[in-house]
Amino acid sequence: MRLTIEHETHYRFGEPAHHSVQYLRLTPRPDPCQSLIGWHVSTPGKCKRWTDGFGNTAHVSVQNGMHDELPVIVRGEVETLDTFGVLPAEDGLPPLMFLRPTTYTKVNEAIEAFATPFIERMRDEGPIATLHALMWSLHTQVAYKPGFTDVDSTAAEALEHGFGVCQDHAHLFIACCRVLGLPARYVSGYLLSRNGESGTLASHAWAETYVEDLGWVSFDPTNNQCATDAYVRLAVAFDYAGACPIRGVRKGGGTEEMTVRVAVAPNHQQ
Amino acid sequence: MKLGSAFDEMNGNRDGIRGAYRAYEEWLRGTPIELLIERHQQADLIFRRLGITFSVYGSEEGVERLIPFDIIPRILDPEEWRIVGSGVCQRVRAINAFLDDIYHEQHILKAGRIPAPLVLNNPSFRPEVLGLDLPRRTYVQVAGVDVVRVSANEFYVLEDNVRVPSGVSYMLENRETMMRIFPELFALQSVAPVNHYPELLLRTLRSTTPPGVSDPTVVVLTPGHFNSAYFEHAFLAMQMGVELVEGQDLFVEDDTVFMRTTEGPRRVDVIYRRIDDDFIDPLAFDAGSLLGVPGLLSVVRNGRVALANAIGTGIADDKAIYCFVPDMIDFYLGEKPILNNVPTYRCSIDDDRAYVLDHLEELVVKEVGGSGGYGMLVGPMSTAEDRYTFRQKIDAEPDNFIAQPTLNLSTCPTLVDGKIAPRHVDLRPYVLTGETTQVVPGGLTRVALREGSLVVNSSQGGGTKDTWVLEC
Repeated sequence: MRLTIEHETHYRFGEPAHHSVQYLRLTPRPDPCQSLIGWHVSTPGKCKRWTDGFGNTAHVSVQNGMHDELPVIVRGEVETLDTFGVLPAEDGLPPLMFLRPTTYTKVNEAIEAFATPFIERMRDEGPIATLHALMWSLHTQVAYKPGFTDVDSTAAEALEHGFGVCQDHAHLFIACCRVLGLPARYVSGYLLSRNGESGTLASHAWAETYVEDLGWVSFDPTNNQCATDAYVRLAVAFDYAGACPIRGVRKGGGTEEMTVRVAVAPNHQQ
Repeated sequence: MKLGSAFDEMNGNRDGIRGAYRAYEEWLRGTPIELLIERHQQADLIFRRLGITFSVYGSEEGVERLIPFDIIPRILDPEEWRIVGSGVCQRVRAINAFLDDIYHEQHILKAGRIPAPLVLNNPSFRPEVLGLDLPRRTYVQVAGVDVVRVSANEFYVLEDNVRVPSGVSYMLENRETMMRIFPELFALQSVAPVNHYPELLLRTLRSTTPPGVSDPTVVVLTPGHFNSAYFEHAFLAMQMGVELVEGQDLFVEDDTVFMRTTEGPRRVDVIYRRIDDDFIDPLAFDAGSLLGVPGLLSVVRNGRVALANAIGTGIADDKAIYCFVPDMIDFYLGEKPILNNVPTYRCSIDDDRAYVLDHLEELVVKEVGGSGGYGMLVGPMSTAEDRYTFRQKIDAEPDNFIAQPTLNLSTCPTLVDGKIAPRHVDLRPYVLTGETTQVVPGGLTRVALREGSLVVNSSQGGGTKDTWVLEC
């Protein structure tokens, strides 16, 4: 499917900042399920492209001189394939590495209690059926509801609240996978929503789990489904910290206000 | 443990003066103790004037202390040095090959020579540098390998120290001080020089410059004057004739690292960084750190600046990975290890842990990621309470601990309280890797000044000695 994407992030500062540096992970990964038709990332500062250790295409944007706003504009077109939620394991990243706990995905007693019943299930039904059941269980246990968690919330906190957003769902799914002894990782990207609505919802995150002899299988607990050609992959990492679309520091600037507009639309003109 | 049973650098096993010390011992016998004490005070004064101090973490009374210096040198003959020098270089060559391998194809893991989870799930393994091709495939330009001796011919490596090893300034200052207070001793015999170390270091750093740069700019990056080794950072920068900078003096722009200077921004090509990985770039690692340079990782990955040492070297001196250095030497170099590894029990393995908990009185227990002598248990010197505490710690976090037999480190005559008495020593030679892997003869000898103590770290009351390698 050919998708047209517009993604604008505007930072406005309470007082002028004089030096900002940002890592932008806002370009689709060179994965077999997607190819770029055209893609453009622009900021007012100097923007240089690089590839991070996870193979994500990134930019580093530097802005000097007084500035009280910082727009990050992304426009592009990408062709996606439906790989039935499965990607080959040979992407240069050793799967075992993704058994590592991080601050976001640390397993606490509650997560362990939540995930443990699935261990037995996995013995009986194998990993795929079990992971689908786990996804469904998380989908119902932690309802999608913004405002209860923030970007710093951990998987454990989301489970405790019983509410969260896609970032929390992904972290929690990853933590549960570790209880099952399965490597799992965080994916950030875009999602074309079914009814074509746009907004911040189109900026999305989900998880994928390494299943032996199959590869990386995606699970989106927020929508209770595996990834399709409606999904565009921007970055993978252990968690949000490594995959987040924009990570920045600045000197000065005081308070910060951010507005985001994301539009993902099917392009039927091909 | 009986101190008397240790091998002595000068007296061997009390069976006569050893070859390396023949000339020195004769001189020492003819020298009144009062003169030694007087020269010792002179040395103290020199160090005070130079301002060579170090900070001790977790000490209540003030930060700066003078590191105790002992005036009786540790002396090695050419043959002894041949073993130690070639042995430490061999390890560093293997470790560089290992690092290049695990951040690329991971042949050693695929061959099953090192358990993959031990590397891949280790927090010191940094996916941030996966697939990164470094100039000369060199990750570790500077290593400080800790070597101890237990008998005339047996040397063991305790740690490889390939992150940000410190102490080399003491090696240099100790020699300079000795030459000033005992010029007559250097006339007696030929001692291999060490004062070319800063020049070799600079040449090494320049040789790992990113491709396409003809006249590289090198800087020393320090966390600042609160760091325990700040004196050394300033000293090395001065000796090399390069700028000493803090994170805030550097910035990233246009795929380049720049240094702020009075004449405007100046491009930087090689950063000898004395800041840990965690703090080097707040956009890639610890977000709260103000010590590093935002954006640095992107320039490193684009091959436009070199770090010494590279990001991610910590995996090679993780104490659980240490066990496999002999395997690395075999796997990458096809050689037999010249120096011994200390047998190591990994508490993550059930049988090993059971053994360790049963033998705490005999063993040294260390945290896998620890350094500086902090957080370790020396079994034979421990109290029942110490052992109880460690038992709890090991039970709580078995993966975090290893244990080793307590080695009876060699002793060296040392001036203590106006008398000469044997004290345990180790040796840290500094290994440089650029065009080749080389080592300055000798290194830093650390001495445990407390009677019977086996902990030589300066943070734990250790001192230093000048180290002489005799020339044939």
